Amino acid sequence: MTDLNGPGHKTERRWLPKGRTGPMAAALGVALAAVLFASAVSSQSDGALSGGTLSGDADLFGPVANVLEHPRCMNCHPRSDVPLQTDQRRIHQMNIQRGPADLGAPGAPCAACHGSANREFAGVPGAPHWQLAPLSMGWQGLNRTELCRALTDPALNGGRDLAALVEHMSADPLVLWGWAPGVDLTPVPVPHSDFVDQLTAWAEAGGPCPD
Amino acid sequence: MALLDNEPTAASGVSRRTFLAGTAASGLVIAVALPVGLPRQARAQQVGTATTPNAFVRIAPDNTVTVLIKHLDKGQGIATGLASLVAEELDADPAAIRTEFAPANAALYGNAYFGGFQGTGQSTSMRDSFDKMRTAGAAARAMLVSAAALRWGVPAEEVSVHLGVVSHTGSGQSADFGDLALAAAALPIPEDVLLKAPGDWTIIGKAFPRVDSAAKSDGTAIFGLDARTPDTIVAVLKRPDRFGAVVGSFDAARAKEVPGVIDVISIGLGVAVLARDTWAAIKGREVLDVTWDGSQAETRGSDQMMADLKALADAPGLIAAQNGDVEVAFGDAAQILEADYELPYLAHAPMEPLNVIVDWQGDRCRITGGCQAQSSDQLTAAAILELPPENVEIVTTWAGGSFGRRATPGSNLVAEAVLIAKATNAARPIQLMWTREDDIKGGFYRPMFYHRLRASLAPDGLVKGWRHTLAGQSINIGTPIEGFLVKDGVDAMSVEGAADMPYAFANRLTEVHNAPTAVPALWWRSVGHTHTAFAIESFVDELAQAAGADPLDYRRGLLANHPRHLGVLNLAAEKAGWGTPMPNGQGRGIAVHESFGTWVANVIEVDLSQRDLRVLRVVCAADCGTVVNPDNVVAQFEGGIGFGLGAALQNKIVLEEGRVQQANFDDYLPLRMSQMPKVEVHLIDSAEPPGGVGEPPVPCVAPAIANAIVAAGGKRVRKLPFIDEVLF
Amino acid sequence: MATMTTTNLNINGTDRAVETEHDPDDLPLLWALRDNLGMTGTKYGCGAALCGACTVHVDGAPVRACVTPISAVVGTRITTIEGLDDPVGKAIQNAWRELDVAQCGYCQSGQIMTAVALLAAVPTPTDADIDLAMDGIVCRCATYVRIRAAIHRAAETLKG
Repeated sequence: MTDLNGPGHKTERRWLPKGRTGPMAAALGVALAAVLFASAVSSQSDGALSGGTLSGDADLFGPVANVLEHPRCMNCHPRSDVPLQTDQRRIHQMNIQRGPADLGAPGAPCAACHGSANREFAGVPGAPHWQLAPLSMGWQGLNRTELCRALTDPALNGGRDLAALVEHMSADPLVLWGWAPGVDLTPVPVPHSDFVDQLTAWAEAGGPCPD
Repeated sequence: MALLDNEPTAASGVSRRTFLAGTAASGLVIAVALPVGLPRQARAQQVGTATTPNAFVRIAPDNTVTVLIKHLDKGQGIATGLASLVAEELDADPAAIRTEFAPANAALYGNAYFGGFQGTGQSTSMRDSFDKMRTAGAAARAMLVSAAALRWGVPAEEVSVHLGVVSHTGSGQSADFGDLALAAAALPIPEDVLLKAPGDWTIIGKAFPRVDSAAKSDGTAIFGLDARTPDTIVAVLKRPDRFGAVVGSFDAARAKEVPGVIDVISIGLGVAVLARDTWAAIKGREVLDVTWDGSQAETRGSDQMMADLKALADAPGLIAAQNGDVEVAFGDAAQILEADYELPYLAHAPMEPLNVIVDWQGDRCRITGGCQAQSSDQLTAAAILELPPENVEIVTTWAGGSFGRRATPGSNLVAEAVLIAKATNAARPIQLMWTREDDIKGGFYRPMFYHRLRASLAPDGLVKGWRHTLAGQSINIGTPIEGFLVKDGVDAMSVEGAADMPYAFANRLTEVHNAPTAVPALWWRSVGHTHTAFAIESFVDELAQAAGADPLDYRRGLLANHPRHLGVLNLAAEKAGWGTPMPNGQGRGIAVHESFGTWVANVIEVDLSQRDLRVLRVVCAADCGTVVNPDNVVAQFEGGIGFGLGAALQNKIVLEEGRVQQANFDDYLPLRMSQMPKVEVHLIDSAEPPGGVGEPPVPCVAPAIANAIVAAGGKRVRKLPFIDEVLF
Repeated sequence: MATMTTTNLNINGTDRAVETEHDPDDLPLLWALRDNLGMTGTKYGCGAALCGACTVHVDGAPVRACVTPISAVVGTRITTIEGLDDPVGKAIQNAWRELDVAQCGYCQSGQIMTAVALLAAVPTPTDADIDLAMDGIVCRCATYVRIRAAIHRAAETLKG
């Protein structure tokens, strides 16, 4: 089975720019997305560049949301300072909290227990840069419209355009951990490659958000 | 018999097969030590075996005063306590005091509260030591003074001792302890010694820093688990997941392939994996397959077990205490109040899981670890290995907590380890270690208990009749110490706090039903009081409520003839500001209880305004008689309150089909820092003999919280832990 | 027969070789310290990162040795309770002694290592800071009142 934790797994999509950092790439990504979006909206009534509500394509986000709402993703995307854990989404034990840099409170960093790989012998999951998603990427409790908008807003999502979002969720090792969480945790039930297909389809449609 | 009368018995001799009986032996004269600078074999014979030349105090030429500690220090501070008693009477320099745990020798180190067996528990260590250790220190001082007087040709009455220096003002001569130790050793042990009057104490009742604080702050204190040497084999035992099951068959093939695994053997009650190091042992056990014979196993779940206890309570029980005639009292009652209370199994869960090292070399055996019942451990090992008990040496280390867990009536830990040693014939030390999962799942719990309380009230609201029915398993029936603790079927440890409660009613019956099970039970910190105090102090509050009375006033009325109960009750109430207004959603609860010779009252404040249970503040008043080390007593109360709090809030061991559902600290939740309330401890100034301190802080916590919840506007909780109950 | 490997770790400023027949990706630092190197100041309390008794520092940050394989700490600076040598460490240990914090003492290595990490990052911690830092370290003797007081005391002495 492919090691989804390692750096080796990437989904290559011809039309996406390589890499996801840098203003030039971002600009290119935005330009491409705009082109894609424009072609997608030509038959629609809503002209907002960053997405918008398109009832016909709204269900493209559904499969994406299914994954994002899975505990493996959602547990570490709180809108508070408190991570969740396990499939039961309980509050992380031992009063573990966000801390000043999303890396845990002073004295109780995430890295005290969570390493860069799962530790099966210990029952402790791990992946590179294990931490909470920043508050701007807090998704718990959002409905799908709100989730989609938060996801696609560059002011909230770390300055990512749709292409960069796809790249991130295709390649980032912490994201990929969700598919190989080890330690008796349920992996995201959709195969990662299927998810990337669904994500790409949604992105190619301009990242439409449901009503 | 003796163990729970809170009275010491005569010291008994100990022999291998008759360790339950005893012959009276003199106590103190033998035990009083001979301070010697160097080993003196002739003198050694006089006080005991050749391996223990000094019983309690040893003075070295470099002035170090070593106090031999006959009890296990598992955090309660008894090493410091005993050292301070010696330091006081010896007039030693506290900085020169060291401690060492005493060897296993009941003749010298027996606990009078245990019929002369050497052991620690029942909060008896200070009570057993208060006179003995002061006498040992005073005798040593007298001998040093005599030695100096002889050397200087002056009268002994003119010789003084201060901070380790002996001097004669008139002639200006002085010498320190080390100078005089040898000379003192040649003198006879005094028959009578004069102890200081309390008014002259400079250490007792004052400050004496803990002897172990430094070593426990820099990682150098050696606990049992730390005591292995490089050649020690590590063993872990795979035990059945149901109590009472035994090994049927096992397949060790995969276990033996794990690097470091040396052997896999069955000892009937489990299968041991022996390995070169701890990790190998743990990994080996993970892939060990065992089929269990569960024909004798407990297969019920907790729900069924509690239902069975309730059913038992419907029939008359064994009488633990009675007066008057409850049938009559209930027959013509104006009103009957009834409440039942349910408490779960609880695990001790000391931070250092159980472990012991057995080093069996032919006709000798050395046992190393945080042993809490030295005599029992020694005799158990001797019996299994067929050695004379005196050939079993016990090296006691610091222990990482116990709360009762490190002593069992059958010395089960030592028995397991010795059986493994016997089966493997390894001629190397073997350390049997329990993992945390073993500890949480391994039984020896505070038993599950059911209490049914009924009161019949006269038209004026006064209680005419009180009937208290308890149902739960006995800790001691069927064990080697049954004879000491069970009378006419009633286990004293089941009914303590209830049979002897201070509340006096004209018609009263306290009865108990024993509910046998293969689940082993044990004396969890304050034992029977953990559940009797919850039931009684909750019910008394319910009675107060029915009478429209303030819970404090109601208790004052019932305790009019109990000055020590009243003393702590009133002090706690005063310090807590009982009766002053509290913010909305907050309330105060009160409870008072005596256990192990100490009277305690708690006023606890809770806050329900956030729709959860927050314990804000615990105000505790305690009367433990003479206080030897006030700071340590306060520390024990802080800690004991925390211990009781965690259990009351969020702990239970649950069985389903006989299998324990909890495994580690993620499902058996220990109290954590942020849950600790403010704790204020007020000690009553008393010249009475010392009472116990380790356990008395625990019983009042749960009932005071239950009472506070009602005062705060919440529901009456009759089932623990609180976290499972609906409060609103 | 398993192969012996040697993993070099820097512990308390000294390079130590851990020779073991266990896979270095699997052998927890806790057992390497205790069994291979005989350093018993770091304790076993749960084996599952739930109690903090095994807390050491890796490059100054608290890490639970019971769940950290030795391969993960190669090339780092590991500090154990035996090697606390800096002003914050000394202040904390002094405060622990002064206030007689320890009862059984078994958890205190973990408490101290965590408290040191807290004070190093937050010189004047509030009670809320102390809660967040210390909630992960279990004390069954419930010495929490004194742990909190000792952290405040150490902070004071470092300031003054």
